[in-house]
Order: sequence, then C-alpha cells, then structure tokens
Amino acid sequence: MNYDIIVVGAGHAGCEAALASARIGKKTLLITANLKNVASLPCNPSIGGSAKGIIVREIDALGGEMGKIADKTFLQMKMLNSSKGPAVRSLRAQVDKVTYPKEMLKTLENQENLTLLESMVEDLIVENKEVRGVILFDNTKILSKKVILTTGTYLKSDILIGDERKRSGPHDEKPSLYLSDKLKQYGFNILRLKTGTPQRIKKSTINFLETKEELGDKECYCFNTEEQMTYDTNKQIPCHLIYTTDLTKKIILENLNKSAMYGGYVTEGTVGPRYCPSIEDKIVRFSDKERHQLFIEPESIYYDDMYLQGFSTSMPRDVQEKMVHSLPGMKNAIITKYAYAIEYDAISPTQVTRSLETKILKNLYTAGQINGTSGYEEAAGQGIIAGINAALAIDNKEPLILKRNEAYIGVLIDDLVTKGTTEPYRMLTSRAEYRLLLRHDNADIRLTKYGYDVGLIKEPRYQKFQHKLKEIDLFSKYLKENKLNPTTNVNSMLKAIKSAPIKDSITLYDLLKRTEIDINILKKLNIIKEIYLDDVMEQVEIEIKYSGYINKINKEAEKMLKQEEKKIPKDINYELIPNLASEARQKLSKINPTTIGQALRISGVNPSDISILLVYLRKKYNE
Amino acid sequence: MEDTIAAISTTLGVGAISIIRVSGPEAIKIVNKIFDKNIKDAKTHTIHYGHIIDKNQIIDEVLISIMLAPKTFTKENVVEINCHGGIITTNKVLELLLLNGARLAEPGEFTKRAFLNGRIDLTQAEGIMNLIEAKTEVGRKLSINQLTGNVSNLIENLRQKLLEIISNIEVNIDYPEYEDIEVLTNKKIYPKLKEIQENIDEIIKKSESGKIIKEGINIGIIGRPNVGKSSLLNYLIEEDKAIVTDIEGTTRDIVEGKFILNGIVCNIIDTAGIRKTDNIVEQIGVDKSYEIIKKSDLIIYLLNNNEKLTKEDIEILNQIKNKKHIVVINKIDLKNNLEISENEVIKISIKENIGLESLKQKIIEIFNLEQIETNDLTYLSSARSISLLKKSKESIEKSLNNIKKYPIDMIELDLKECWNILGEIIGKTYKEELIDEIFSRFCLGK
Repeated sequence: MNYDIIVVGAGHAGCEAALASARIGKKTLLITANLKNVASLPCNPSIGGSAKGIIVREIDALGGEMGKIADKTFLQMKMLNSSKGPAVRSLRAQVDKVTYPKEMLKTLENQENLTLLESMVEDLIVENKEVRGVILFDNTKILSKKVILTTGTYLKSDILIGDERKRSGPHDEKPSLYLSDKLKQYGFNILRLKTGTPQRIKKSTINFLETKEELGDKECYCFNTEEQMTYDTNKQIPCHLIYTTDLTKKIILENLNKSAMYGGYVTEGTVGPRYCPSIEDKIVRFSDKERHQLFIEPESIYYDDMYLQGFSTSMPRDVQEKMVHSLPGMKNAIITKYAYAIEYDAISPTQVTRSLETKILKNLYTAGQINGTSGYEEAAGQGIIAGINAALAIDNKEPLILKRNEAYIGVLIDDLVTKGTTEPYRMLTSRAEYRLLLRHDNADIRLTKYGYDVGLIKEPRYQKFQHKLKEIDLFSKYLKENKLNPTTNVNSMLKAIKSAPIKDSITLYDLLKRTEIDINILKKLNIIKEIYLDDVMEQVEIEIKYSGYINKINKEAEKMLKQEEKKIPKDINYELIPNLASEARQKLSKINPTTIGQALRISGVNPSDISILLVYLRKKYNE
Repeated sequence: MEDTIAAISTTLGVGAISIIRVSGPEAIKIVNKIFDKNIKDAKTHTIHYGHIIDKNQIIDEVLISIMLAPKTFTKENVVEINCHGGIITTNKVLELLLLNGARLAEPGEFTKRAFLNGRIDLTQAEGIMNLIEAKTEVGRKLSINQLTGNVSNLIENLRQKLLEIISNIEVNIDYPEYEDIEVLTNKKIYPKLKEIQENIDEIIKKSESGKIIKEGINIGIIGRPNVGKSSLLNYLIEEDKAIVTDIEGTTRDIVEGKFILNGIVCNIIDTAGIRKTDNIVEQIGVDKSYEIIKKSDLIIYLLNNNEKLTKEDIEILNQIKNKKHIVVINKIDLKNNLEISENEVIKISIKENIGLESLKQKIIEIFNLEQIETNDLTYLSSARSISLLKKSKESIEKSLNNIKKYPIDMIELDLKECWNILGEIIGKTYKEELIDEIFSRFCLGK
C-alpha cells in the first residue's frame, strides 16, 4: 500500500485535509478509528458564529466542504451582528448532528483519489527526521509521502465527571493511547489541554413555556457563495433561552469541592479555555452576577436530545441532576448525557511552521485540536491549509500561507505558530487587527483566486467569480459616471428622505457617501437605473460607505506587509547576537520566525530587541 | 554597537569634580592603559584611587568606579573617572581615552544604549534625557517622576478607560446573544469618550507646563526705544548683561538673560526698540522684535508714564492682544502724560524700585507657577510624547465625529488607534491585554 498523503483522524480538520489533498489529485488515505464518527459534532450543535462563520466562508472560498454541508443540514440560520457594521457580521447555523456527519461521509466516499480506512494509527514511520508513513495498531505499515495528523481530542484523552476519571475519547469513543508518547519521543513538546461539554436533555421533558424562544432569521442566508440558496425561513427550528436561578447557584456553591476542576481532580497545569468556562467557574469568578444565561439548542430532528449551552460542568452526576432540575422548565427534565470535562494531549504549536508542516519532522503536518485550537471551524480551516500544503509540497510548489490581512485562517495559523497557546485557542474578532478587511461578504473576493490556483476551485465557479468581479467594476463605474443634477425635483426628493439639497451636480458615487442614503433608496427613487445582483451592489456600497476606515486599515496592513518582507535567514544563530535580552533570545530561537514581522508578534520580544536584531542583520548580511 | 564610547558626563566648569563615563566592551582595557594601577581584574562595583598618566607623566589624581556588565546603566562594562583637575585636565583625560581606542559619545548615546540593551524603556529614556537637561530643581523632580513611572500611570489610566469600552464592544461582537452583558451603543459611549477627550486635553495642558518646567518661559520685553527695557532686564537678572545707555537704539542685539521664578527658568529677551527707521542696522533689530513676539511665551510691553501713546504703540498693542502679555508703565515717578485704555497695567519705577515685585507676581499668576510647584509632577515633557498625545486626541475627536455616521464596531477602530498611540508613549501595545481584559471582565462561555 502506498499513498501520496495519509490523513490521521476524520474530524473537521481531517475531512477538509483529505478532501483538499484528493481534489488536488493526490492519492489520499483517510484513517479514522470509527467510520460512524466522521465529522461528528461532539459538542455544540452549530457551525459558524462570530468570526467562526467567516472562517467557514473562507474555507468555502478556498474550495472546502464545511460551508456546503452546513447549508444542506442546518436547522436554523442566523446572521449575527446584523445591526452592526459589515466587518463583524457573521453567519451561524444550528446544524443537525445526524445529517451533517452523514453528508460529509457521503462526500468523502464519493471523492475520487480518496480511500477511507477504519483503524488506529499508533506510530509514524520516521527515517532521518522525515516521515515516510504510518504504523497501525496491528503493526501494519502504510507508506506515504506526507502524513497529516488531525487527531482532535483523542490523544490520551481522559473524561472527567466529578472525582471520576476515565481514559476515553469523547462520548465513550476509543482514545489514541500511544501516538502522543511517540510524538514526544520524536521531540515534540506535549501540552495537556482541557475542554468540556454540557448536558444533553431529553426534549420531551422540558417545559418550553418557561423559556424564551429564539428564532432564526427571516432572510435567507448560506455559507456557500456559488449558488444562492433559498429555503422556507418559517421552517427553522427554534432555540430557547433560560437563566440560572438562585437555587442553581446555591447547589453549585455547596458542592464546589466535588467538581473535578475545584476538587483538584484535574491534572495540575492543565489549562481550560477562558471563553469556555464551566458553570462553576462562572459562578465563582463572577460571584456578583445573579444569573447566567443558558441556551437550549436542538441537536437533531432525528432524536430527542437538546444541548444545554452555557452549563458545561465537571460536577458528579448526582449534583448535575440537582443543578439541571433547578433551571426554569427543567423541573422534571431527564439528562440523557451528563456534562463532562475532557483532558487531552496536544503539541505546542510553535513547533509548527506557517505551512502547518512541523519543524520537528519533515513531511509531517498537523491541524486542528492537536495544534491547540478549539472549535470545528478553527480545525477545518487548518485542515484545508494542511491538505493544500502537503499536496503542494509533493509537487515542489511554494506553500499557501494566508496573511493576516487576507483571512481569519491566516490570523489563526500565524497566532498559533508565532505565539503558541496555553489554552485551547478560539478565534475572536478581536484577534484580527484587520478585521475590516476580513469580512463575511468578501471572503470569496479575498480567497477564490487562491482556491483556483491550487486546483480546488474548478473552472465554472471561477468563471462565475471572475464575472462577479467584472460586475463590481461596472457598477462602481456606473455610479461614478452618472450624476444627479440640482433640479427642484431632485432636491425635493432628497428633502423627502431627510437629506440635504444639492447645489451642484453630484455623482451617484459621492451621493452614496451620505449616511442617510443607500443603494436601496436610490433604487426605489429610480435614481439608480442599472440593476446588478445584490452581492455586487453590496460590495460597492461597503467600499463607498467605509472607504475612510478601509483605507486606514489598508495602510496599516501595508506597514505590516513591509515588515513581512524583511526575511530572517533560516541559519541565523541568536546566540551570536550581542545585547539581545535573554527572554527574546530564547523565544526567537524557539520560534525561529521567518520574517521581522513575525518576530515582532512574539510575546516577550520587545521593540528594542527588534532594533538590535535589525542592526545585526544589516551588519551581517548586507555588508 | 560594539565600540566603546566615552564622554564627560558632568557640566564642564561647574562643580569641583568632573566625571568621564566610558561604556562598552573595551572600557576596562582602555582605562587600564592610562591608569597607574592594574584594574584588569577588578571586581564589579568597586572604586579605585590612582592617577591618570600619559607617558609616565601624571595628568590628574582620580577615583575610578568599575561597573561590569550587565548591572550597569548601559548594561555594558562601564568605567567612570572622577577627575579633580578642572576643565583643562578633564579634557586631557578624555583626549587620552579617545587616543587609546574609545570613541566620543554622541549626545544621549549612553541613554540610547541603555534603551537598546533593554535596560530602560522609552519613557524612562526620555526621562533621563530630561534629567540631563533639567536646569532647575523643579525640572529635576519632573524627570524623576517620569523615571518612576508616574507618567506611565497617568497614560495607563486613560488606556484602561479606553480598554474597558473597547473590550465591551468586542464582547458584544463576539458574543452577540449574551443579553446579560451590557450592550454598548454609540449613544452610551459618547459621554465616556467626551470624558477621555477632556482627560487627554488636561494632560496636554499639564504637559505643556511640563515643557515650561524643562525649557522655561521665554519673555520678550518690547517697547519704543528708551523706555527702560534694558534696565528692566538688568533688574530681573540682577546683573549688567545689557548695555544701558540713554542713547536711543543702542541695543541692537538680542540679549538673553535668565532668572528663576518659583523654580522656573525665565529666559528674558531684550529687544531692539521697535520703531520705523531707515537705518538698516536698526531695521534688523525691529524685524527681530516682531520675530520675538512670535517666539515669546510672554510679552512685557513697556511704556513710559511721561509720554503719550504713539501710533506704533497702538499697532503693537494690537499685535500682542491675543498673546500672553503684561503692559508695564515705567517711570511713574515722573509726570503722567499717558492715557491708556488697557484695563490691567502694572505701574513701576525701575529707578525708584517701585512696583517691580508686583510684576514678578503677575508673571507667576499668568503661568500658574505656584500651582506647578505644588502639583504632583506627573506629566509628559518631551516633544515626542506631547505630539503623540495630541495624535491620540485627534483619534478620539475622530471617533466623536464619526459616532453619528458609523456603527459602533467602526468607532471602535478609532478608539483602538487612540489606545495604541497612548501605548506608544509608554512603550506598550500588546494585543493580549485586550483578550485578557475580555475574559477577566465578562462572563462568557458555552
């Protein structure tokens, strides 16, 4: 058996990696411990969300699958932050936990060049620090040119409920017992991370009259930009909002020492994510808060479980019973799955390069939770990049490295490999300094070309995309070339929409700069006569309305790109640079940044260290 | 980076001792060549008595302090030579050091090295530069405050206020459905931003008095020829620096003198009499006077009690209307011929020593000098810091302008810019601060 690329693990990272690799034309093998668990959603039943929804769009623009499958299997769609500016809008889909994995499996099975194998990988074939394939649990060796590890939370994972600790993957799946020790032997630093998931409640035992219904959007939205999908917005399944009660708080405080986290049952030094604290964490840290918000979310239309978002805990089962029953509408609720915390091994992501190939072993790529991230979208975003880059490397092509001003995926990977992480990393809009450029609405404009260049975006979609770009140009030109003259008629029209009258003729483009005027108004007034597709007009409108801010951010990005152009030679020896602060010397040696820009982003490296480094580089390499 | 620098670190000619500082990897080696004892293996932070010698000839009797890297001001090897022999020998010692391999340090280069070697941060570096330049006691206090981080605290407080708003907006973006977290709106943040704008304004105002402390107040004395400008200058600086004569137009050059008022340096500038004249040399003096009106922080316009107001007087009084100025009427011992509409005048007689104290009092009042001395001296005094502060004010003003036109996540971009600029002043712009703030202040989670 011989493959170009082997992907280990078929979660969201593994699926995207395998599909990318196979679609680029590489003979690919995807190995998973349980085929029934391909692309499963072991935690929240949603895809997207703030910032994450933009990642899904980016995956779609690169030619990935996540967005398409979420579009096929959603129960509810919601555009978040629609009342705010275009830069922070983001789509979230509640998806069906039964059909989502099913659709993904179907896609994998129908994919040319891709073979699925149910087995457990326990070691890598390594020669001279280069990976040549994998070794299965039964000692079978499978050779390949590249290996991509996307093992999720399965490496030596422990499930914690109260004082109970059990070696197991999520939901009683088989854990990977040996691989992380092998990775340690090969020289990887292993981190121990922790996350958790809340209870699942039997739907028929919840009294929804005591909850507040949360509906989906009335407008149609979808992740995939190839086809504009339409659906009946009334048929969406609602979520429900409730709050914790005084009794909940009392129960938790009384039983605090029984929680795995507070009772000291968690491995010392294991760090859980701050954005995903357990309910006991929230009650202790924010003790002045009377109540905490919880969402009851549907998991599937094919079974009865509801997901209790916000109630993640590592309390023992009997306490969990009491806690759940203290909630509104849950007096008689039946818990179908108890909340648990999970501890697992990951590698320190600073050992990985921006192409996602590891620095320790050549031909080895890592993506997803093994790199210290959290979330399906973060995993999938890395997965597609790892798949693309492993395939490009086989063809001796330069890797695809998305920049911080190009994609959230670029921010994600750069943050991971440059700064490392001590807790599972979740994408937040606040991590993206150029978020105004990284919008939901322009993900296709930013990335379709890359997807096309690597071979994941096929000709028809690319042609369509090219056409859209042309239309944007045409519409923009139309607005610049057509003027409104200061006639009484025009000015009374402006008056009617509470806009100042014009004295000289004005282009439609400039008119649109006014806050109170938008394309829809001008269309209604029949001032804009040429009609383009909504997303074409939206692009031009955003460009006009926010040009001041966009220009400013573009300038900042240019500054960053200049720093990125200043390359640091691979063979640099930081020990030889006099006057570097020892912390900086240590961090620079460890992370080995490829550019000055990257060096600047390493925490603990100060501007004075950078000036010393620059002086040294100028001396050593220019003179 | 690796050469060794040397410079005289004390003001030449002031005080009994002059100190020469040598810093760099060769510091010990170079000094050893001109010292009559072997200090090659001297322990760090020790003082050695001996002589500086040049070809067996004793140049000076000195004390040498040896400080080895990294626990020194520059984090390099540092030797300080305490010379006792006055200007000429100190210069000779420096010359010897330069002959033996040291390079003359550029102004501020020790501080620059301290900064580049990570010994001090940017505000501290500026503080030290100010310390060197500080001319008076108050200036010295200001420098020390800057060093100990009072300035940083002041800016940090502002940044914290901004960070609270920014992180709240970010949380609203990243967790849009959390109803129990306050949703900030443009309307809600407006008064908060106004307050920050006012705070920045206040620091700018204070900082400008910080500039006064460091650089002093420039006072221009102007008036028609022979109204007693030079006499007034002489009285204020208590020395005969300007030539005082009765002949009109003697003072053609601008003569500077300094005096200290409540610890603040006042630079007095005497000017040529302003009048219309065909005399070329006079004309230059007149032009310079106008220039000085521009350059001065305060104009003292001097008139004679016994002379009527001329057209020129009215013209110049008009010219200085919008500047800080004091109208002073001299020669009140003589008969009054002057009629003036100015509501506040100081009446003096330099000859009879009348009213001069009230002139000084007026200057103190105008510049709030009493306040400056008693206030805690926490403001910025370097031009760089003040200009950054003004830039931060611009971005907060931008946010206030945009607040009616743009959604809050756009306004936040202006606030972030402001926050970053403030961070630049104190050398801090870590994004992690924001992420930390978000998670420590808000209760979020799945």
